[in-house]
Amino acid sequence: MHISILFPAIINGLLMGAIYALIALGLTLVYGVLHIINFAHGTLLTAALFAAFFLHKLFGIDPYLAVFILVPAFFVLGYGLQRFVIGPASHGNDANILLVTLGLAVVIENLLLYAFRADTRTIDVKYAFDVVSFAGMFLSVPRLAGFAGAVVVALLLWLLLTRTDTGKAIRAVAKEKLGAQLSGIDVAHIYAVTFGLGAACVAIAACLLIPTYYVNPNVGNAFVLIAFTTVVLGGMGSIPGALMGGLFVGVVESLSGLYLGESLGQIGIFVMFILVLLLRPSGLLGERA
Amino acid sequence: MSNSNNRFSRRKFLQTSALTAAAAASGTLAAPSILRAQGGPVKVGLLQPVSGALSYSGQQGRLGASIAVDEINAAGGIKGMGGAKIEPVLGDAQSTPDGGNAEVEKMNSAGVSAIVGGYASAICLATTQTAARYDLPYIVDVGVTDAIVTRGLKNTFRFGPGFGVLAKTALANLVAINDKAGKPAKTVMIVHEDSAFGSGLAKLLNAQLPAQGFEVLETIPHPTPTRDFNNVVLKIQAAKPDIVIPANYYNEYVLLARTMQQQKVRPKAAIYSVLGGAASSYKFVKEFPDAAQYIMDCNHWFDPRNPKALALKKKVEAQGQFFTYEVYMNYSAVLLLADAIDRAKSTDRTKIIDALASSTFAGHVMPYGPTKFVNGQNEGAAPANTQVIGNDIQVILPEAFASAKPVYPLPPV
Repeated sequence: MHISILFPAIINGLLMGAIYALIALGLTLVYGVLHIINFAHGTLLTAALFAAFFLHKLFGIDPYLAVFILVPAFFVLGYGLQRFVIGPASHGNDANILLVTLGLAVVIENLLLYAFRADTRTIDVKYAFDVVSFAGMFLSVPRLAGFAGAVVVALLLWLLLTRTDTGKAIRAVAKEKLGAQLSGIDVAHIYAVTFGLGAACVAIAACLLIPTYYVNPNVGNAFVLIAFTTVVLGGMGSIPGALMGGLFVGVVESLSGLYLGESLGQIGIFVMFILVLLLRPSGLLGERA
Repeated sequence: MSNSNNRFSRRKFLQTSALTAAAAASGTLAAPSILRAQGGPVKVGLLQPVSGALSYSGQQGRLGASIAVDEINAAGGIKGMGGAKIEPVLGDAQSTPDGGNAEVEKMNSAGVSAIVGGYASAICLATTQTAARYDLPYIVDVGVTDAIVTRGLKNTFRFGPGFGVLAKTALANLVAINDKAGKPAKTVMIVHEDSAFGSGLAKLLNAQLPAQGFEVLETIPHPTPTRDFNNVVLKIQAAKPDIVIPANYYNEYVLLARTMQQQKVRPKAAIYSVLGGAASSYKFVKEFPDAAQYIMDCNHWFDPRNPKALALKKKVEAQGQFFTYEVYMNYSAVLLLADAIDRAKSTDRTKIIDALASSTFAGHVMPYGPTKFVNGQNEGAAPANTQVIGNDIQVILPEAFASAKPVYPLPPV
């Protein structure tokens, strides 16, 4: 294997990893605050990809502009799901929440399968194969946009959590639910806002993904596994951890794809996942487990 | 405790229902073949992967088969059956072997006399076997894996060429083209999809290329679907092969070619596909002419000397569709079947199988030799070599109906 392709492979991995990070951000936020593992995360991504696909196909809306439609829409959807479905159905029991999100995932996935069949769909935008030349490499423009988008979203989320009242309330609920309630924070509302933010992250990821990716009713499953790996790797609930974890997973996937072949590329990720669980269960940037 | 009780009763329930299902299945097997009223339509299953990763190919295949059915019916149906019309029973294999099997079961229950289709090798391997359990005649439209016809299934027939013939022809033609140009190419890289079709072909090529003086630098498998070929193209860039041989389905082929174009990676001599999913597709050439330019392919191709083929091409294009190989392969397969039923003068499955086995059918649109089935494989089947030149696809070999000389090695940019 020639050493000259190592560097471009790492760059490719970083660009893909940024999208993984974006999906993991939503998951880690929901986990960090609600302490629930959201199994519906992947199917929400699938739904968002379908939404972005049809906005482009039916109305000619560019996926990057669709962000401004899908982010509010998915925030509202996420808010509603938590407030009116997951929250009430859980009866305050964490094990129930797990099952409710799993059930939601199954329902959403099968509704999508029923509505759109198993077809793999792609969109064709003019800039899909545009490149910029950088240090002798040709970098894909949509991938660079994805990278920039992920970093910006991570930064915004971090600002939201550390600099705003809502962020303060979210952190308070995450730390001590009862205490937060006693100081006048509407816990059910904050839960739903957090879930809405998680869904909004997924909507952004979908808009950044669809120009170079495909959508079918099962597509979210591949990502949700990677997102869980990323979250565990970065540390449950940590935003910088999710970003770093995502980038790291992207590079590992790219390099193992290069050395083990495309068919085996994902093995690297899951081997790493097991190693992290064995050696550093709290993750790279996580607080102690 | 109550949990384990529940589980036990559930398991019991499953056992019982499995037994019931088995009983029902054997009941079907034992039941006499379904009786049909004289002069009723002849039901034929058209099985294609019209949804899922292979949906484009499946839809094209269904189009070709449907045109053939319509033409037969419009021309007075099947003469040997008193002008009985063909009633197509459409099935969707959903691009998976399981999906294909489920459709075979359904078609069998619907009382079809035969099935045409399958498309992908992996699907055909499964569906032919399921059909064999019901002695249901099955004509494979495309599926090229040789195992499809070497398992001794009496019901299974393949009109088109299989791997063995394809790889042999592809190799002989590559050597001929390379020799004629003064042997500019010595090294090869193979990029293939990792199911039965791509892997089998890669194995054959790996075994045969060295004997012809080519060195295989690397063989890269990838899954279907794949949406990122950057790593593969990086490897090509680093290894600098003279020839790249892709063997994959349509979407991945297009993506690979476009990524190579995007990364400005070009082999010295040629992109020479063997059964390239897009390399000889009018759709690819029209949508991405720059990425498609000068790509060579050894693949299924219609006979451009045959007026019937040209009329079919015109008809398909008039419907706004592309004249891809799935169309004329399925078209020919349905005609082959109709001819067999006509000679069998019956919808009895065994009689149709006998008629297919002794077929010398010549009314198809392919550039094949005389039709002769040996163990279900048509010995007359042969591929052709094409190359994208300008905005069209030209036949470069065999010389009997070539329309252009090969552009080889690739001209400098």
